Amino acid sequence: MIVRVLLAVGLLLLSAVGVATFPRSVLVFLLFQASVLVIYFAGLPTRIRWALMGAALLVVMPILGSYNSYYLEVGTQVGIFVALALGLNIVVGLAGLLDLGYVAFYAVGAYCWAIFGSPQANELFGHGFPLAPAWFFAFLFVGLVVAAMAGVLLGLPVLRLRGDYLAIVTLGFGEVIRVLANNLDKPWNITNGPIGITPIGRPPVPLGLGYGRYFYLLVLFIVLVVILVNRRLENSHIGRAWEAIREDEVAAQAMGVPLVRMKLMAFACGASFAGVMGVVFAAKQVFINPESFTFLESIGVLSMVILGGMGSIPGAVLGATVVTVLNLQVLKGFSLWLNELKNAGVTVLGYNLAHLPTQLEPAKYERMIFGIILVLMMIFRPQGILPAKRRQRELAHAPPVAEVPEEAK
Amino acid sequence: MDVDLLIGILPQVILDGLILGFMYSLIALGYTMVYGVLEFINFAHSEIFVAGAFVGVEILLGLKGAGVLDRVPWPIVLLLVLLAGMAASALLAVTVERVAYRPLRNAPRLIPLISAIGVSFFLQDFIRFIESIWRNAFNLVYPTIDVLNYRFELTQSLDVSVKSLVVIASALLMLWALHALVNRTKVGAAIRAVAEDQTAASLMGINVNRMISLTFLIGGAMGGAAGVMFGIQYGLINPYTGFIPGLKAFTAAVLGGIGNIRGAMAGGLVLGLLEAFAASYLSLLTGGAFGAEYKDIFAFSVLILILIFRPRGLLGEVVRERA
Repeated sequence: MIVRVLLAVGLLLLSAVGVATFPRSVLVFLLFQASVLVIYFAGLPTRIRWALMGAALLVVMPILGSYNSYYLEVGTQVGIFVALALGLNIVVGLAGLLDLGYVAFYAVGAYCWAIFGSPQANELFGHGFPLAPAWFFAFLFVGLVVAAMAGVLLGLPVLRLRGDYLAIVTLGFGEVIRVLANNLDKPWNITNGPIGITPIGRPPVPLGLGYGRYFYLLVLFIVLVVILVNRRLENSHIGRAWEAIREDEVAAQAMGVPLVRMKLMAFACGASFAGVMGVVFAAKQVFINPESFTFLESIGVLSMVILGGMGSIPGAVLGATVVTVLNLQVLKGFSLWLNELKNAGVTVLGYNLAHLPTQLEPAKYERMIFGIILVLMMIFRPQGILPAKRRQRELAHAPPVAEVPEEAK
Repeated sequence: MDVDLLIGILPQVILDGLILGFMYSLIALGYTMVYGVLEFINFAHSEIFVAGAFVGVEILLGLKGAGVLDRVPWPIVLLLVLLAGMAASALLAVTVERVAYRPLRNAPRLIPLISAIGVSFFLQDFIRFIESIWRNAFNLVYPTIDVLNYRFELTQSLDVSVKSLVVIASALLMLWALHALVNRTKVGAAIRAVAEDQTAASLMGINVNRMISLTFLIGGAMGGAAGVMFGIQYGLINPYTGFIPGLKAFTAAVLGGIGNIRGAMAGGLVLGLLEAFAASYLSLLTGGAFGAEYKDIFAFSVLILILIFRPRGLLGEVVRERA
């Protein structure tokens, strides 16, 4: 055991030193991320595991951020998507309601703070905006509540629908929110249309911390809270009711599960996480426009949940991390590398890379990544990389016929 | 409000709506036939439609590059492009079914839907990848054929271009052919039997898998034809063009009653007309407050309302909900 701990610590420190030495190397940073994973999966005693993870994320990461601030940005993005994936995991994974317009709630949260945290609200109320930076914290809750209300609003009419129809209606809802954001610059200028809103106020930052590190720590804290809430929910009677609904609606109803209330609650809970992160996102970016909230984002979050395993909290965290890192680092890194080779005129297998079409841009192929993840996971491992524990136990005792998990029916 | 203006543009609005509607009908057939047989939404159908449009533009650009586009009579060019688009899309649809849907035939309903979404996203970027390598561009413009752009001026406020007439005529022809195929031939009866009850159909000696492939083939061919027509009618295409028309065609299929072939045709026309009305009149009726940019919302609202209040659609039968 001590050997394992030492190995894990060694790997962590080694990769951290590596990142500090080669702050531009994507591969070394990936190694650092892998070392965090190793700590999680090394089978260490719980306390040591969490202490090491905490040290890696709370201490080592911010230090590395001073070598390459982009890594903090990556960390922040990962955190945001982890929270989104956990929120969607409640709706899709636990309650089994396929929501294809999840990003709408993220947009609702983001616009909440964007409108009042910038001079935009003056268009509506005359003067007195932007609000003071400290209001940001109040708006974390406003975003939560408004997004949850949007969730209930969407949930009420669509609850009667089942499965695939529900999916399409939520997709439509997501598009409606985006089109509204795109066009509500008249007759009243609420969202400033496709131009978007800027500058959006940022929360006050303690001296010497810097925005990059501040947002990283803030997101980390929120993610921690979200994970705790998720774990409590999963093991509460609410979580069990959700899973009952997912497995068999009729049976759940017969056992006295209030379908409507539980489904609404799933929508509201899932939406509220997205709302909070929307507020953070707006403040972090300083600028938002409807382009940040497309169907692509919804499917991105869905593919995170599917990759990790529907209904599994560690799965959602892992899925969000892997997909975000793939998008932000691996694709971009590959793109840069290819460009370098191209500029150097390197020849591969008798083909001069300098002739590669300029429009190729591998960094833009995130749809392909999402698509491949979704198809392959559905065909080969529908339960995900880290299947939910309860589901695993179920499958272990199930008769061989029921090998295909009955989730999301 | 200028009532004369409102009435004056009405014929043109109806004509535009019909063209749009026929296009939606053709795409909607792909959704509705697959849903009828497998009870699942073939989310990738919008990309199958786009693939047809891309094959069409490649052939036209190829002919133009060879300098023969103006020398070959235009009906032959059109026929060639349409057939090629249909063949490519049909082939793609069958392949997608084999690779991504067939292994999931007995899985819970949402599993193939998620797989279909994945296929849809994959194909978008795949088309982009191919075109980026091949042409170093993925926003392509259909080459114009002069004859097709000629406009007949019927009245002062109504004119119709040759290409619109071609689109309407070929759509009608295809809808009729499909109708005849499904209702008057043995193969059509087999498809209907599979849609009704797969087990019973296979007991009657029908090769269910082959019929499902055939369904995808026919739906894909219709989608491909619609893709080529879309390109000819509106000119500009890119790999992501299909999403919105696809969603609207699905709306049309639901509107008409999903699984119902006549319903899809009717639903497409109704939706096309509604959308044309919304696009032209919304701005006029609200004094400019809400303009044509809300026409998408309008279509989605129709979808949501139909699903909530009349899920079986206009022409659909009451389907017993599966417990």
